[in-house]
Amino acid sequence: MNSKYMFSLIAVVVLILLAYVGVEAAGLQVIFGIVIPYIAVLIFIVGFISRVMDWAHSPVPFRIPTTCGQQKSLPWIKHSKIDNPFTAGGVIVRMFFEILFFRSLFRNTRCRINEGAKISYIWEKWLWLASLAFHYSFLTVLIRHLRFFLEPVPVCLQLLENVDSFFQVGLPGLFLSGAVLLASVTFLFLRRIYIPQIRYISLAADFFPLFLIISIATTGILMRYFTKVNIVGIKEFAMGLATLHPTVPDGIGSLFYVHLFLVSVLFAYFPFSKLMHMGGIFLSPTRNLPNNNRAERHINPWNPSVKIHTYEEYEDDFREKMIEAGLPVEKES
Amino acid sequence: MAALPKSDELFSKINYKPPQSGWMDTPAVLREGMFCFAAKPKSVETLSLPYPREWNPRNDDWLLPENWKEIIYEGMKDRLGRFRTFKIFMDICVRCGACADKCHFFIGTGDPKNMPVLRAELIRSVYRNDFTTFGKMLGKLAGARPLTLDVLKEWWYYLFQCTECRRCSVFCPYGIDTAEITIIGRELLNLLGLNIDWIATPAANCYRTGNHMGIQPHAFKDMLDFFVDEIEEVTGVRVEPSFNKKGADILFITPSGDVFGDPGTYTAMGYLMLHHYLKVNYGLDITWSTYASEGGNFGFFTSNETMKRLNAKMYAEAKRLGVKWILGGECGHMWRVINQYMGTMNGPADFLEEPVNPITGTKFENAKSTKMVHIIEFTADLIKHGKLNLDPSRNDHLRVTFHDSCNVARGMGMFDEPRYVIKNVCNNFYEMPRNCIKEQTFCCGSGSGLNASEDMELRLAGGLPRANAVKYVHDKHDVNMLACICAIDRAALPPLMKYWVPEVDVTGTHEMVANALIMPGEKEKTVNLRGEELPGK
Repeated sequence: MNSKYMFSLIAVVVLILLAYVGVEAAGLQVIFGIVIPYIAVLIFIVGFISRVMDWAHSPVPFRIPTTCGQQKSLPWIKHSKIDNPFTAGGVIVRMFFEILFFRSLFRNTRCRINEGAKISYIWEKWLWLASLAFHYSFLTVLIRHLRFFLEPVPVCLQLLENVDSFFQVGLPGLFLSGAVLLASVTFLFLRRIYIPQIRYISLAADFFPLFLIISIATTGILMRYFTKVNIVGIKEFAMGLATLHPTVPDGIGSLFYVHLFLVSVLFAYFPFSKLMHMGGIFLSPTRNLPNNNRAERHINPWNPSVKIHTYEEYEDDFREKMIEAGLPVEKES
Repeated sequence: MAALPKSDELFSKINYKPPQSGWMDTPAVLREGMFCFAAKPKSVETLSLPYPREWNPRNDDWLLPENWKEIIYEGMKDRLGRFRTFKIFMDICVRCGACADKCHFFIGTGDPKNMPVLRAELIRSVYRNDFTTFGKMLGKLAGARPLTLDVLKEWWYYLFQCTECRRCSVFCPYGIDTAEITIIGRELLNLLGLNIDWIATPAANCYRTGNHMGIQPHAFKDMLDFFVDEIEEVTGVRVEPSFNKKGADILFITPSGDVFGDPGTYTAMGYLMLHHYLKVNYGLDITWSTYASEGGNFGFFTSNETMKRLNAKMYAEAKRLGVKWILGGECGHMWRVINQYMGTMNGPADFLEEPVNPITGTKFENAKSTKMVHIIEFTADLIKHGKLNLDPSRNDHLRVTFHDSCNVARGMGMFDEPRYVIKNVCNNFYEMPRNCIKEQTFCCGSGSGLNASEDMELRLAGGLPRANAVKYVHDKHDVNMLACICAIDRAALPPLMKYWVPEVDVTGTHEMVANALIMPGEKEKTVNLRGEELPGK
C-alpha cells in the first residue's frame, strides 16, 4: 500500500465528509456556500498573481533556450523557425504550440531493451493524448459552468454546449467533456499507480489534485444525471455570488455543497501547488526566449565583476620561456 | 579502482525496476567507478573558491565547515533571487515522468535517481522544506526533507552523474532543464569546496596557463610545431602557424584537448592545414593564442563566476591582438558558453568587427554581436562557395556516422552545417536512428567534466545509448567511423567505442576535411594524417 496515495485519498474523503456533515448536520450552508467560495477565489487570485510576480521578480541572467531544431546560420541552410526561434515571432509560435498542443510532450518516447542487447525508443503518445484530453475537457467544463453566472446565457456558451452534447443520450444531453475529463484523469491516476517509475517519483502532492478532480467530476456528474439537483435554485445562488448579493436558497441538496467545497479547495490549493505549472509554462526561459544570443546581446542585470588573469600577468609568469620559444611578447624583460 | 565489468555483464545488470523502499528512505551508496576524485586544495585555491582542503568522498567525514547548512541555505536563497530558472524549475514540475527514460545515465544504469525528475527532486525536497509553506507545514508528506549530511552526499553523487546534456529538457512539457538545476546544484556544492578534481584542476590550469592541460606557452608552440612536422611528412607541405600575432585577421581558439590527445590531434592538424590553405590561396591570416589557448570552459561546471573569469580571456586576447573577429574550433560545451553566455558575460565586443568571411563575402549575421563564428559554419560556407579543393574519395575507406554533441545540439542547434561538411569530404555517410540524433542526440556519457578515469564505469554506462545507436548503424551499414565536432567526444568516445563497438573509430570533422583537402604544392599523398594508407594507393 502506498502511503502517499492513501494520505491524499483520505484527505479528499475527509474534505467530502466535512462539507457533507457541515451542511447536513450543522446547517453551515452560509459557510460552505458563501464564505468559503469567496475566500477560495480570493486566495486563488491573490496567490496566483503573487506567485507569478515572485517568479518575475527573479531576473533571467542568461538566454538559454533549449534548441530543438536547426539554428539560423547561413542563408542556404533551412532554419527551423519554430523549434529554434530567432525572433520574438518565432518564440510566440513556439509557445503557442507548447501551451495549446503540448508540443514537447508530443515528442515523448519510451525506452525499451530488446533481445540481442538492442535498445529502442518507441513513440509514446498516450501521456500526451490523455493530458491534452484532460486539460481541454476541464477547460470546456469550466467554461460551461459560466452559464450559472451569466444571465442571459451568451450564445457562444450555448453553442459550446450544443457541440459538447453532440452525442445526445436521452435527457439531459450527455456532455462529452465531463466523461472525457473523468476518463482522462482516471488514466493519469492509473499510470501513477501502475508504471513503476512513475509510482516511484509520485508524491502525495501528485495524488491529491487527482483525487480532488475525480471527486469534483463525479459529484458534478451525479448531480446532473442522477440526483437531478434543483437547477433553478443553483442558478439563483450562483447569480447571487457573481453579483455580490449572495443568498442561500432552499432545496439544494448537500451534494451540491460537497461539489462546491471541493472546487473551493482546488482553487485555494492551486497557487501553493504544482498546478502553478499553468502560469510557469509562460515564464519558462528554455522555451520563451529566442536563440539569437550571438546576434543580439542579452543583458544580465547582476553580471558580476570578476578578477581575471590578465595577459600581462600571464606574460610576467612565462616571459623568458616565451622569448626563448620565439613567441612575441609585450615587454622584452 | 573497481574492476570494470565486461560489456555484456554491464548490459545485463541494467534493471529499470525501482527498489521497494521510497527514494527518500534509500540513502545513496557511493559506488566505486561511479564517482570522481575530490578537488585538490591547490586548484580550489588557485580559483579563489572557498574551503580548499584534502578530503575524500569515501570517508564518512567530508571535513565540512561547521555552518555548512547555513551556507547552503543562504546559497539557495541567493540563487532563487538571481535565477528565474531555478525558482520556476523548483516550483512547477508535475512529475509526469516524461523525462524519466530520456537520460542516458538512467538508460545505462537503471538507477532511479538518474531519472532527471528525481535528480531534481533531490534538491527540490530541500527547497520545499526550507522555502515553501506546505513543505514547512507537512514535511515529508509534501515531499519535503531537511538537509542532512546524507542528503548532501546524495546531491554530490548524483549532480556529478549528470552531464548537463539537456536531453530531458527537450521532452519536458515546461522546458524544465536539469542542466540548469545541476549547474546551480554544483555551484552550491562549490560553496563548500565540494568540486571534483577533473573539473577543478583543468579550470585552475586554464586560469593560470590559458588551457586545461596546463601547457605553458613554449610547450604549446612545441606541440603545434610537432604537428607541422607530421603534416609535412604526410603532405610534403610545411604549414606555418602564427602565434599571438598582432594585426592578424582572425583569432582562432579551440579546446586544448585537441593539442594533447589522439584522435583530437588529427583534428588540430586539420585546422593547421585549413588555415595554411586559406593563407596561401586567399591571404587570410589566422593566428593562435597561447594566452587564450583554451576553447573549453570547465568554469561552466563550477560556477557562473568562474565561467566568466575563464571566458574573459577570449575577448581580452582578441582586443590585444587587434583581430577582426574570432573563429572557434570544434567543441561542445565551449560552444554552449559562446552561444548562450559569452556576449552576456563579457560583451559587448564592440572592439571587433561584425564577422564577414573575406573569401566568400558571407556575413555571419547570426554572430554579429558576439563576433565569434564556429569553424563548421565557416568551412561549410567555404565549401558552398567552392573555395576548397576537395577529394572526398580519399576518405573512401571510411563509412561514417555523425554524433551530434549535446551542447551544440540543444544549446545552439547546429545540425545541418556539420552534415553538409561531412557529405562534402566523404562519400559514405549514414545517419543513426532519428531518436538518437539532432535535438534527441545522446550524450557521450562523459560531458560536463566527468571524463576522468576513476569513474569509467559511470562513463561507459552513460555512453551506452550512444554506443548502442552506433552499433545499430555498424551492423546495418558497416559503419566504421564516428565523426563528431567536440573535443570531449574525441577524448570520451574512443574508450566508449572500444568497450561497446570496438570496430568503430572516432574522428573530428576537420580531420576528414584535411584528409580530403588538396593542398597547394602537395606531394603524391599515400597516407592520411593517421598514417593509414589512402584507398587505392
